[in-house]
Amino acid sequence: MSDMVLSIQNLKVDLPVWSDRAHAVDDVSISVREKEILCIVGESGSGKSIMAKSILRLLPEPHVRVSGGSIMFEGNDLLDVADEHMRFVRGGRISMIFQEPMAALNPLMRIGRQIDEIIEVHTSLTASKRREKVIALFDDVRLPEPERILTSYPHELSGGQRQRVMIAMALALEPALIIADEPTTALDVTTQAQILHLMKDIQRRHGTSILFITHDFGVVAEIADRVAVMRYGKLVETGTVNEVLSSPTQDYTKALVAAVPSMTPRHRPSERPENSILVINNLVKTYAARGGVFGGKSKAVHAVAGVSLKVPNGHSLALVGESGSGKSTLARCIVGLEQSNSGEILLDDINIAGLSRTELRPYRNTVQMVFQDPFSSLNPRQKVGDIISLGPMLKGTKKDKAWEDARDLLCLVGLDPKAVERYPHEFSGGQRQRIGIARAIAMKPKLIIADEPVSALDVSVQKQVLELLDDLRKSLSLSMLFITHDLRVAAHVCEEIVVMRNGVLVEQGATANIFSNPQHEYTKALLAAVPGEGWQQRS
Amino acid sequence: MQSGRLLKYIAIRLLQAVPVIFGVIVLCFLMLQLAPGDLATVLAGESGGASEAYIAELQARYGLDKPVLVQLGYYIKNIMMFDLGFSFRHSANISELLAERMLATLLLMGSTLVLSLGLGVLAGLLASLWVGTWKDHVISIVAIIAYATPLFWVGLMLILAFSIKLDWFPTSGMEDVVQFYEGWDRVVDIARHLVLPAITLSLFYLALYARLMRATMLEQRGLDYVTTARAKGLNERQITVRHVLRNALLPVVTMAGVQIGGLLGGSVVVESVFAWPGIGQLAFEALFSRDYNLLLGIFLISAILVVVINLIVDVIYVLLDPRIRVGS
Amino acid sequence: MKTFWQRFLTNPRVVCGLIWLGLVTILAIFAPLLAPSDPFAIVAEPFKTPFSEYVFGTDSLGRDMWAGLVHGARTSLLIALIATVSAVAFGTMVGGIAGYYGGFIDDILMRMTEFFQTIPSFIFAIVLVAILTPSATSIIIAIAIVSWPPIARIVRGEVLSVKGREFVQAAIIAGQSDSGILLKQVLPNTLSPLIVTGSLLVATAILVESALSFLGLGAPNLMSWGFMVGSGRSFLRDAWWLVAIPGVAILLTVLSINLVGEGLNDALNPRLRDL
Repeated sequence: MSDMVLSIQNLKVDLPVWSDRAHAVDDVSISVREKEILCIVGESGSGKSIMAKSILRLLPEPHVRVSGGSIMFEGNDLLDVADEHMRFVRGGRISMIFQEPMAALNPLMRIGRQIDEIIEVHTSLTASKRREKVIALFDDVRLPEPERILTSYPHELSGGQRQRVMIAMALALEPALIIADEPTTALDVTTQAQILHLMKDIQRRHGTSILFITHDFGVVAEIADRVAVMRYGKLVETGTVNEVLSSPTQDYTKALVAAVPSMTPRHRPSERPENSILVINNLVKTYAARGGVFGGKSKAVHAVAGVSLKVPNGHSLALVGESGSGKSTLARCIVGLEQSNSGEILLDDINIAGLSRTELRPYRNTVQMVFQDPFSSLNPRQKVGDIISLGPMLKGTKKDKAWEDARDLLCLVGLDPKAVERYPHEFSGGQRQRIGIARAIAMKPKLIIADEPVSALDVSVQKQVLELLDDLRKSLSLSMLFITHDLRVAAHVCEEIVVMRNGVLVEQGATANIFSNPQHEYTKALLAAVPGEGWQQRS
Repeated sequence: MQSGRLLKYIAIRLLQAVPVIFGVIVLCFLMLQLAPGDLATVLAGESGGASEAYIAELQARYGLDKPVLVQLGYYIKNIMMFDLGFSFRHSANISELLAERMLATLLLMGSTLVLSLGLGVLAGLLASLWVGTWKDHVISIVAIIAYATPLFWVGLMLILAFSIKLDWFPTSGMEDVVQFYEGWDRVVDIARHLVLPAITLSLFYLALYARLMRATMLEQRGLDYVTTARAKGLNERQITVRHVLRNALLPVVTMAGVQIGGLLGGSVVVESVFAWPGIGQLAFEALFSRDYNLLLGIFLISAILVVVINLIVDVIYVLLDPRIRVGS
Repeated sequence: MKTFWQRFLTNPRVVCGLIWLGLVTILAIFAPLLAPSDPFAIVAEPFKTPFSEYVFGTDSLGRDMWAGLVHGARTSLLIALIATVSAVAFGTMVGGIAGYYGGFIDDILMRMTEFFQTIPSFIFAIVLVAILTPSATSIIIAIAIVSWPPIARIVRGEVLSVKGREFVQAAIIAGQSDSGILLKQVLPNTLSPLIVTGSLLVATAILVESALSFLGLGAPNLMSWGFMVGSGRSFLRDAWWLVAIPGVAILLTVLSINLVGEGLNDALNPRLRDL
């Protein structure tokens, strides 16, 4: 057991009485070995983050507290040691990286000081020595212009830079173990790839062990040496990365692995029909970023800078891009939530660009939208029946008929028709997304715009919702514009892909072609950044 | 932040204050129109107190025979020249009267600010550190009672207890004029007079800041950056002093700025209870003599004071919070 | 998970507040029955001590303090409620329109709100009541004018945050009209902060009303607690209860409203309390 850095035995963490279950972590035993990256993977509510926090005793006590087990680290049970020893371990021997670097850094303190502090409390180095060390750390995590970053505040850096700062902080005292709690979840896919690469590199160079918490099997395949799968606070399965990913033994693990959208396109490029339900010609949308009341130059932001695309009848087109690419703005222009500045939006050959909301009403039947966030897309104060029947009733359908239709629609999306009488908070995220889909198809549209409809869902639920969208599309012969940041999801549901960046399309084509033979550098970078790409190509 | 950008920010905020002051002047003019009786008599103060000749002079100076908009123009012009009119009751120029009384009000407000902010922040901080214990409950209960107590009543009860019964502090005024104190003795005398009014005016704000401080301390302590600080190995004192305190102070600074207007209103009540010779007491006297023009002068000068103090608070806020960028 | 009413009514602070408020409300409603004589009528010799012939004694002119208290409850509650309802209605309208339409309309309305929030509100109220001559109406107008800005800001903020939520976009895409969206989608979701702030505003209104009456700006024909404190202040040395008793009435009423308002807040936003 000498090569064990950390050994957790029979850990039990209690949840407060008002929670839906008694234990966040229930009898879990896991060990982290020297110089390895152990990934804990699980969906939301699996207890993975709470387990990670309990190692450094960072739980929000007394509501959530450890009630049994031991956490052995360097000869001591961390659950038992005195507070003073715990402070020595925190930052000094075990350090932690969090999901949201913006929230994890103090907004009012300069970056340099925030890292300097950890060295100050653990060592007796002088200020100038500490400063040298901080700059060396910046260099180690490949942060440019260390002098500038030293005196910057967190809001002045990019998301990727902030996470590099957190990694530098974690590395400062060469700890034996780094706990990383979903450190790349809040980042764009290309930034995620860089950070993962950096962490792996640093782990090799410093020989640190890493306990890496994630929900994403792609990330697991990318970075893990060993894997532990958790569900409902219990350990489901552990093994090497190859064992768990290639030949999982437990049903839950099998289902999770199978639910990861594959990189191999599912749809064969079919015959492209003559007519297109949606044609966009040279669309431009510019925001004026306003200065203050008294000047400050107003800067124009080109969110969409001359985009042209077509969604053929009955086809599904994926619009892929990272945050800030303008993909959501484009969608909002199409459904009239934003007014475009110039260009054409031809819906069934009728130009709807520039029409007001009132003028758009006759076309509401043609195009409908499915939203990203299942928790904000349903009005919490309306019954599900009212939510679904709103559109048809505004079109003149009688209430009884509209509610009857709503019940049928709920059956169609796989929910109990009695749900019409209930309120949104009674449903899970995946169920709410089904309600959102029912609302969209209640208007009997020809075209559905789906704006990141699965990005807020757990991977197993994600798969079900994607299947549902695909089935409905076929059975109702809908066309779809599917907006996503995730190439794997795009490959799963769409015949064609367009890649968008900084307001312009950089590449478009059949899904299979884009995946097998990407032309543009950015598309290549995006494809290479998909975590676990190697593993998925193989499977 | 570089001083150049700060100066630019101050300049912008000063420019933004212009429409506010202008609005207050227009509001004053509108209220003059609402006042009973014709404008000349209102401006002259008590009816009958002014001579025919003075009324005629007023009519010429304020253009009272001209259309309302032109009258507004005259009114603004007069105010721009710091001419707020004349108070017959006090036989003095209103501008001079206000300048003379301003110092007493500023002294009262300043000591109240220091007292309420200092003790309020301290009480809120302690309550948050003792959260859930009996000490926290005591602070919270005292605060919620102080928060509900009418100022004038606190003042009278303090006079009853500490002046009438215990005879520790004088009941009214700012100094014992007949003693002709000079130098240090005079300072001590004024301080003795200041104690009760300042406590009275502070109590409500002390409670307000204590409650706010406690709430923001607790809120901040639940945020991720505090978990980071803990994971760095800092002890609780370092976490509170280095990280939480400054973040928790920001809402208190904002609130202190918002409350300046209320503080001036409170000083009208407190000054009238303690006969403190500031503009608040002047307002109280103006009410009784129906000296509307003086009343409006007081309103105008307090609005300007609020704008100026708000500006100072905004500058302090910018210095405290690097996220507020100037001109971007 | 407890329901709203369970959380609200098991809070001991709320229960205390509700008991006192219930009592004051009953006194206010049945004032003419409980103290049939005119509260301004001189009924006995002045300065009778409490718990004598008259429960709370008589004041410097020989008026019955008990009658003053129950009729004062009427005045305070009525003026505070009407002023608050007007302020909430106006503030909601301004904030709702500003938040929903945004742009130029928002700029204008918010400049106006900031303006009314910047000017020293109590002094403004004094000037307004003095110039309009003191009466119930002028006091209500003055309190409402100085109270609406916080409501407008809260409603605007809530509307902005609700407006950004996807269900409002869904309603737009479904073709619902602006007024329909504002009334059916947005405003119901801004209700809970509005109720909390509104209830706390009643307490502020009582304090402002009593301070105005204390300064001699009360409605001349209506008895009020602030007026009772004001007329008793000259006799503090010998008859301190003339000041103490109505002051305690104001204090307890304002305190109770605050307790209930905060209880509402805790019950409507349970997360803050539970964790």
